[in-house]
Amino acid sequence: MFDHTFKILCVFLVFQTICFSQTEGMANIKGSRYIPLYGRDSTVVEVQDFKLDKYPVSNQQFLEFLKKNPKWQKHNILKLYADGNYLRQFKSDTILNDIVNPQSPVTYVSWFAAKAYCECQGKRLPTIDEWEYVAMADEDVPDARRKPSYNQQILSWYETPRTDEKTIGNSPKNYWGIYDMHGLVWEWTLDFNSVLISGESRKDVDKDSNLFCGSAAIGATDLMNYAAFMRYAFRGSIKASFSIKNLGFRCAKDIEVNP
Amino acid sequence: MRTLKNTKIKGINILFFVVVSLFMVSCFNNEKTVYEEAQDIPVSREMTAELTAPPNVPTPVGRRKAKKLIVEMEILEEEGELTDGVRYVYWTFGGTVPGSFIRTRVGDEVEFRLQNHPDNKLPHNIDLHAVTGPGGGAESSFVAPGHEKVFSFKTLNPGLYVYHCATAPVGMHIANGMYGLILVEPEGGLPLVDKEYYIMQGDFYTKGKNGERGLQPFDMQKAVDEHADYVVFNGSVNALTGDNAITANVGETIRLFVGNGGPNLVSSFHVIGEIFDKVHVEGGDMVNENVQTTIIPAGGAAIVEFRVDVPGTFILVDHSIFRAFNKGALGMLKVQGEEHEKIYSGEQYEGIYLPEGPGIQEMPTTNEIVESEIPAQNFEEQMKFGKQIYMQTCFACHQAEGQGVPNAFPPLAKSDYLNADVNRAIGAVVNGLTGEITVNGKKYNSVMTRQMLSSEEIANVLTYVYNSWDNNGTVVTKQMVDKVKGK
Repeated sequence: MFDHTFKILCVFLVFQTICFSQTEGMANIKGSRYIPLYGRDSTVVEVQDFKLDKYPVSNQQFLEFLKKNPKWQKHNILKLYADGNYLRQFKSDTILNDIVNPQSPVTYVSWFAAKAYCECQGKRLPTIDEWEYVAMADEDVPDARRKPSYNQQILSWYETPRTDEKTIGNSPKNYWGIYDMHGLVWEWTLDFNSVLISGESRKDVDKDSNLFCGSAAIGATDLMNYAAFMRYAFRGSIKASFSIKNLGFRCAKDIEVNP
Repeated sequence: MRTLKNTKIKGINILFFVVVSLFMVSCFNNEKTVYEEAQDIPVSREMTAELTAPPNVPTPVGRRKAKKLIVEMEILEEEGELTDGVRYVYWTFGGTVPGSFIRTRVGDEVEFRLQNHPDNKLPHNIDLHAVTGPGGGAESSFVAPGHEKVFSFKTLNPGLYVYHCATAPVGMHIANGMYGLILVEPEGGLPLVDKEYYIMQGDFYTKGKNGERGLQPFDMQKAVDEHADYVVFNGSVNALTGDNAITANVGETIRLFVGNGGPNLVSSFHVIGEIFDKVHVEGGDMVNENVQTTIIPAGGAAIVEFRVDVPGTFILVDHSIFRAFNKGALGMLKVQGEEHEKIYSGEQYEGIYLPEGPGIQEMPTTNEIVESEIPAQNFEEQMKFGKQIYMQTCFACHQAEGQGVPNAFPPLAKSDYLNADVNRAIGAVVNGLTGEITVNGKKYNSVMTRQMLSSEEIANVLTYVYNSWDNNGTVVTKQMVDKVKGK
């Protein structure tokens, strides 16, 4: 179904958007059932096998995309698709500011732009469940959430300023062969706003939502819940047109089933 | 709704009345409009609120009318110094911990603009306890990095209120410094005083122990367990001491706006050597008088007022006292001016007090004295360690330069008594010394208690003494001390 949408899209955009499919630089993720970080026993999530980019998209890569697809350049983009901060690290439509590291993750991109970038490569944004599934791995195991070291590392990143300026791929890859899920930037997900949080996190505690149910929040002495709360809080605070200094993305792809 | 007092009309010519009342209003302005409900107070104009960093507070509202008050507050996540050599990433309202002080009056319509700096990692919001409404504004102010949220509220209740961040995980946002105070003054303002200051307590949880150097990350487990490594006023151990002390002059009345951000600990706020003349209990209307220590709940505040009558340095503490002396909850108020001996005399006399006769004054402690784990390796180390012991043990009586105190404690500098007999000197330290002795031609009749020091320590301290202040340079060894002990 996705492929179908993609074809239509490409037909629509054939004049402005140059698309090409590629799968190099992706890792295979073996799907499974798991309880997401916000953990409630009854909400087991199933993730199918899929492919995920090993690295977040870099400034350089996004620049190439912009050169080929002018309608996503900062002066051409529709106001509906991006707020005023869109591509602030670019001094013109296709030139980065001098101080910007081309190999650091691209940020100041809206959800629309991230989605378009992925679609252009025959990919898509990962879902929250997919992203969180891969993010719970450390270097050795697919689910490290119970390890204090894993949580401490994530929390300390949340406290470290300006990590978005670092170069991609300098920290060890995780169990799946994926780099920088934590440590550089937040990442867009396809359904980032499917989690409705009001911004009043204490109130969300007793809301009958699948995220901040009482059992998850009140008993959240677990460090792992705190790391997750912060990610979900972040997702709850953004809209699809927002372009933020600490928010980048990477792409995912379904595994093609041979007929 | 609007009730005008003093408007009794008894069948008088209406035109005449209008003229008179206009005259009254314009010339005397004695007619006071009293609103039964604060929500009915009209606002006259727009003004931008003055925000101040602690320990300062904005200008009092005085008699100004209720206004539309614009408050612009920027959220910054930034590294700062928790104490000497210990760095911490603070999350702040306005770049300081506690956040900027907001001063309003009853009836103000506050337009709050909350700005989340683009460099910040996290979304934030603000819950002001002065707000009547869901979440205290938290719901309406949830803002992503690089964005701004605006919401408005009317101040209905006078008092001193805490504000803080309420984004998940709430405890962590507060623990990292996201709290401050907003004052809502009553109509006409609080009575004027000479000095006003802003102080807010908070507890901090670091991965390393208190004093461990370097950039210390937040420790969630310690926060959950409520094991604070630091308890401080105004965000860091040295925020209110030394050059940062708050000041006043003798005779001035001081008002402290004291808050407690928590996240966990309740403060027993006390100023050593002062009695609070007035305390607005919990920051509300109730005034208690003559208070020694007032309790300030986490997420609560108090207004304390007192007149300073004598000069000196007054220490502000959380009287849960280990927090003050071991974790940093200590500030200073330096008062300058004339001594006032009727109120406080200062030291008048010091003598010797011998309650149970001489010779038995020793600390009731174990007789086992543990030898230092790191013995001095050479003369330089003996001098170094000896000086440390001297400053801890001997300094109080024999003084910094070994000069002693005339008529009370004999000198150690250029001391004939000391230099004449090293074993006698060792014996004095080991066993104590009582009775009349003559030192440098002067008679002393005093008591030196037996010192609870190890042989090694005695050797070091005596070596230090013998090699200072023109003494004869004897080097005392542990063996020499053991020999005297063995007698």
